[in-house]
Amino acid sequence: MKIVFTTEGTEWESKMDPRFGRAKYFMVFDEETKELIPLDNGDVEGEAHGAGPKAARKMAEAKVEVLITGNGPGGNASKVLEKLGTVSYIGAGDMTMKEAYEAYKNGELDKA
Amino acid sequence: MKIAIASGKGGTGKTTLSTNLASFMAEKRDVVLSDLDVEEPNSGLFLKSELFFAEDKFKMIPEWNNVDCTLCGKCQDVCNYHAIIQIVDTIMVFPELCHSCFACSELCPTNSLPMGQKKMGELQHFKTSTFDFIESKLLIGEEQAVPLIKQTLDYVDENFSTDVVKIYDSPPGTSCPVIEATKDADFIILITEPTPFGLNDVILAIDTMKELKKDFAIVINRYGIGNDDILKYCDENNIPIIGKIPNQRAIAELYSKGELLYDKIPEVKTELENIVSYLESHILK
Repeated sequence: MKIVFTTEGTEWESKMDPRFGRAKYFMVFDEETKELIPLDNGDVEGEAHGAGPKAARKMAEAKVEVLITGNGPGGNASKVLEKLGTVSYIGAGDMTMKEAYEAYKNGELDKA
Repeated sequence: MKIAIASGKGGTGKTTLSTNLASFMAEKRDVVLSDLDVEEPNSGLFLKSELFFAEDKFKMIPEWNNVDCTLCGKCQDVCNYHAIIQIVDTIMVFPELCHSCFACSELCPTNSLPMGQKKMGELQHFKTSTFDFIESKLLIGEEQAVPLIKQTLDYVDENFSTDVVKIYDSPPGTSCPVIEATKDADFIILITEPTPFGLNDVILAIDTMKELKKDFAIVINRYGIGNDDILKYCDENNIPIIGKIPNQRAIAELYSKGELLYDKIPEVKTELENIVSYLESHILK
């Protein structure tokens, strides 16, 4: 299973970023290989509109199955994620990435 | 003659000045007032008018035809606004993000993205007893004000001769909608309030007008509150202040009832006369 976290940094102890489209980083974790790969989302800063679909396109390229975030993606991004079959879990905005992963594993996060 | 009334900061009196100036000038000239703040038009609240004409306004968006599409991805690569993306075997279009630039449609190798119409808002043309009033309103959920502003300006240009004084009540801020509402105007009145917040935002608006190489002047609203910094700023930068609408409780009361001011508040009429005489000597020759 490939899981993506919206985060403010690139470590397991980094804080989650509650936003999806304008998250600072997307951290892609491959549960099989235990690989943690950062995707820098900094290029979104110059975008006035369309951050959500743009971020969702990155999800398509990274082929993630699960998204763990805070507030949840907006309408446009949701449409894309639904099409991709990516399942979104929300409510992890105040956690560290590590805490968010544990909460997900324990079934403590809500589906968007 | 096209006069745009803009501000930078919201809530400084664009609509108050637009409606009063239009009504006042209409005593001697042919005037059309257009509310170009299409996201929340409000000039109509202050005018007694009858509907003369109304029409839906449309923007063009790409519509995916999957028969010949090879999923080459060219469309999403050329879109500056992420309004079209390829997901697995589907091309998804986000109409609210589309700027109707036609790039994806024109550059599609298989012509799989013909452009189609989508309703974005409505234009209404009213007549008051002395002047014409145009108001466009964006549909809820639509994000792009610029195409509707452009079509509204086109309507005004097509229906009113160059002899008519065209007053544009512009959107607030300094972003694309303001640029669209002011770029064809012959003169811009920037209305501000004499507060630090008002000054900060009017400087942004002044810089924008300089960038657009526009002829502009300042009107101060709620004159008497705040401080003198706007006076100093305009003096140091040689920017004309052509009117000072006083801060008065009676003005707020009339405003709250949706009434015009100048026929009841002599100081407001005097300021309008000052503004018009400046316009006459500078641009209305």
